[in-house]
This record gives sequence, structure tokens and C-alpha cells, in this order.
Amino acid sequence: MSNPLQDLRVAVTGGTSGLGLALVRALHAQGARVAFVARDAGRVQRVAAELDGTHGIVGDIASKTDTHRIALQINAALGGLDVLVNNASSLGPVPLALLADTECEELEAALAANLVGPFRLTKALLGSLAASARERRRAALVVNISSDAAVTPYAGWGAYGASKAALLHLSRIWSEELAEHGVHVVSFDPGDMETPLHSLAVPDADPASLKRPADSARELLARITAEVAA
Amino acid sequence: MRAAHHPIQRPRDAKLLVVGASGLLQYAPRSELAQFLRRGDLLVANDAATLPASLAGIHLRSGAPIEVRLAGRRSLAVDDLREFSAVVFGAGDHRTRTENRAAPPPLHAGDTLALGPLKARVLRRLDHPRLVALAFDGTPDAIWSGIAQHGKPVQYAHVTQALALWDVWTRVAARPVAFEPPSAGFVIDWQLLHALRERGVEFATLTHAAGLSSTGDPALDARLPFDEPYHLPQATVDAIDAARRRRGRVIALGTTVTRALEHAASRGPLRAGDGLSDQKLGANTTLRVVDAIVSGTHEPGTSHYELLRAFASDAVLARADAALLANGYRTHEFGDSVWVERSADRPAAARTRRLHAAQVSRPRARAESSRPAVPLPRMRSPQ
Repeated sequence: MSNPLQDLRVAVTGGTSGLGLALVRALHAQGARVAFVARDAGRVQRVAAELDGTHGIVGDIASKTDTHRIALQINAALGGLDVLVNNASSLGPVPLALLADTECEELEAALAANLVGPFRLTKALLGSLAASARERRRAALVVNISSDAAVTPYAGWGAYGASKAALLHLSRIWSEELAEHGVHVVSFDPGDMETPLHSLAVPDADPASLKRPADSARELLARITAEVAA
Repeated sequence: MRAAHHPIQRPRDAKLLVVGASGLLQYAPRSELAQFLRRGDLLVANDAATLPASLAGIHLRSGAPIEVRLAGRRSLAVDDLREFSAVVFGAGDHRTRTENRAAPPPLHAGDTLALGPLKARVLRRLDHPRLVALAFDGTPDAIWSGIAQHGKPVQYAHVTQALALWDVWTRVAARPVAFEPPSAGFVIDWQLLHALRERGVEFATLTHAAGLSSTGDPALDARLPFDEPYHLPQATVDAIDAARRRRGRVIALGTTVTRALEHAASRGPLRAGDGLSDQKLGANTTLRVVDAIVSGTHEPGTSHYELLRAFASDAVLARADAALLANGYRTHEFGDSVWVERSADRPAAARTRRLHAAQVSRPRARAESSRPAVPLPRMRSPQ
């Protein structure tokens, strides 16, 4: 059977570090057509140069005015879209803070990156995703990266946990609403990985206790393969 | 007609005028659009996203400020974007009506234009002082990035508020290839698509690079629409074939959809793939695919209005115009809508039996409604 990832058009936000970068690498290795988004122009350029044929897009998914510019460049670079991975996340206050010590601006910033950003970008790309489902006669896919903090109330993870819980529920509602258009919306919890985000949250964590992002990326790839082949 | 001044895609009070195949006029809130489609019908929309095609900058040789409005390219291919045709204005912006805009400095092949992060070269003049072919420097990704960062949606003086991309993208916007919004598609939201599905109405899309609607220059405007590339997916061709087999109607959402479908069918059976719609549709056109068009309201003399003459006789359209005027319908891209069915007396290519079937099962006029249904005089015979 042919590789369902070959020529699959995939966009990954937060694609220059951690899980996002591992995912971009893995997709690229499998022959997918990849566009990735990140804020830092230098890092975007480096990853695009390293992975020939990938499309690097500079933008901040937490910014309303960036959303359509990002969507435009994704659609232009890939000629449409089959899979969107909303991976970029913000931890909220660093170092982690008790909710009662979290400034409302910090909560808003976490919500902007982890909830409103994925909501806006998904909305702006829904036309492409639905067209993909119609034209390729298989499911298009939105993957929202989740966390066990979305379900378990960890002290100190208030902004992150609340925003991820909201994203989880948004995914479930969208899954209901978009099924009739052939767009699947799923959540994926990659586990605790050795990433920049994790080291911001838990600077003294034992790396040996953490997953390698590449391993989580491989699991996510299997999930994507199963969803688009269904 | 009154211009619609506010960039609201689906105003609550938007109106629809339905011009039936027999010439009957019906008035409805546009929110009731779905009720005019019936089980087995197919609605086809243009899923082109709109480029921020207005690029402000400097003509380097003269130092003069200019506004470049991208107007066309040869194909929709992802990486074929080095060369665009473009309309160039002098100093100023959309708040000045296009017909009053200053001319650009004289443009010559080889002139360079600094357009924000983009650099473009004039390749040649296209037999009009405002119309040029230009090429951007850089990789396709860099050009797309420059257009995304620096470009603004093309807009006209009747809308004063600066437009953002979200104002001009339809709910189904996908590939960014339109130079102006395929605004008939503003009626679409996901609730409508859900309602259509519930009614057993199919939905499909094509991608058509809708071009500029006005340049303010009579000589250029007379040439509109420019040739426009489109992509017709196989799934949409299959959906049209299936609709025909079950005797459903093909409803085109907008002039661009109509142009693409009729072009794709102009040389034999409808074929999927890429094409360049270079025909002008009008009173002499034989429609091969589209049974009805849903469109904005257009004023006589525009190319959009000409296209409606392929659907209905001048007498019917004149009555429709009078009705739009008398009932305060709004025009332009954020305005009200018309639904025009191909008149029973329009020539139809090899579709006589199907056309007949469509006629006898026309939806009942809104008999329960107190809105006026304007009977029309008998129409002219086919040409």
C-alpha cells in the first residue's frame, strides 16, 4: 500500500522547536508537503534551509492580524491543506505561578496562544480543509495538541491547564460540527517531553524521565496516518 | 441602486430577489436562500481566497508614490507567481474614487518598484499607460510572505473603513488567487451549508481567480473581465454529472463560477482540470451547465450585468432592475443578492428534456407569503 503521508499537505504551528520541529522533520522524511509557522524569523529560516522543500512562515498565532496572513501563506505554499496541527503553545506565566498570583494579562496571553489562536487559524483554513475532504474523498484533519493538564488540575499550571482544557472541549464540539464536512478534529496528548516549554515549566526535571519529542512525533504521525486513511 | 457601505458579509437584513425561469419575481430575506434549493440540486461556489492585491510603494526612477493593484497571472500554480499583470495608480488610496485617481508616472520596461518588502520590475506595458506586466524578485515563499505582510485588499471609495483580509474572505476561502473577493460567496456560512445538507442539496467548489471589477478607466474597464485562470476539481465535475442524472439543477454562486463552468464545458463534455476563462458571457451565450446564478446586484453596463443576459431576456432583467430599485436593494460586494434562473426561452444546449423536467418541478412560489410576486409580460422569443 502506498504511504498515505506521501504528498499529504500538512501545516504545523510552532514548528521550530520541541514536538513541532520533530513533527516537521518526521513529515518531511515521509514525503509530506509541509508548511510550518513560528515567530522567530531566524529559526524559521534555519529549519526551512535544513529541510529542503518545507515552507517556513513567520507569524504569531496569538495575533489576530497574523492569522489570515499565515493562512494565506499556508494555502499558497501547499496549494490547499489536508492536515492542520495546532501545536504552538504558551505556558502562561514563567516561572509557573499559582492561579491567584497569575496576572489576568498572563491568562489572556495563554488563552490567545492556546485557545483563540488555534480557533482563528482553524477557521481561516476550514475552506481548504473541507475542499480537501471533498476533492480527495477522505477525511481532512485538525490536530490540537493537548496535555494531561487539560484534564487534571495541577497546582501552578492554571493558565496553561485552563487554556488547554478549553481547547480540548473546543476540539470535541468542532468534531461534532465538522464531521458532516469530512473534517475530523482530534486532540493529541504527546506526554511529558524534553522540550523548551517543559524546561521553562520544570527547569530541574530529570531528562531521563521525559519522552524524546521524536518519539511523540512518531506516535502523532501514526495517529495522522490512521485518521486520513480512514 | 444604493451602495452597501459596510463590510458586513451577511447583514441580518440582506435581501434576495428571485427571478424565476418563467419571469416571476419573488422577494425574500436572503437568510431564506436555502429554501429556494431543493433535494437533488447542486450549489457550486468559488473557494478562492482573496489576495491583499493592493501594494503601496514607490516608483524608484521618479521617486513617485504609486499603488499597484495586482490584476492577473497566467495560472493558479503554486510557484508560478513571478509575473503578474497589474493596474498602477499614482499617489492616493482607495478613498479617492478610481476614476479620479492620479495617473502613475510614465512606466517603462525595466523600471523598478519598491513595494514594502517586495521589489518588482516592470517587464512591459500592456497597451495602456496604467496596465503593466511586472515580476517580483525572490523565491515564491518570499513573494507570498511579502504580499501577505504588505498587501491590502483592493477596495473602493463606497466602503470607507479599511478592509482586512477577514472582511474579504468567504467562509470557504482556500487558495489565495482572487484579486477581488468572489463576493457572491459572502452568503455562505457553515449554518447554510448544514441547512443545504439537511435538505439533500449538494455543495461543491471550484477555484477561480476573480479579477478586478473596476479600474476607473473607461478603456480598461471595457476590457473587463480580464482572462481568469481557474481550477475545476474532478469531484465537482462528478457532482455536476450526478446532479444531472437525478435531474437536479446546477446553481452557480456568482459570475466567476458561471464563467469557469461554462468555459470548461465550451469544448465538449465538462472536464476537470485547469483552464483560462477568456470568454465574455452575454445575451448570445448558450448556457451548457448552469441552471441558475446567485449573484450580487449589478448595474447595467457592467460585465457582471452582461453575464446575467445569458440567463434572462432584457425585458425580464429590466423588470428585475426596476424591482431592485423600487425595493431599496443595495448594490456592490456587500450588498443584496439576486437569484436568476435561466429563462425557459433561453437556448439550452442538448438539455431540452432536463430543462423540461426542471420547469415542471419548479418550487412553488412563496404562496404563503404576503410579499408581492410581480407577474411579468411575455418574454421575447429565443434568438
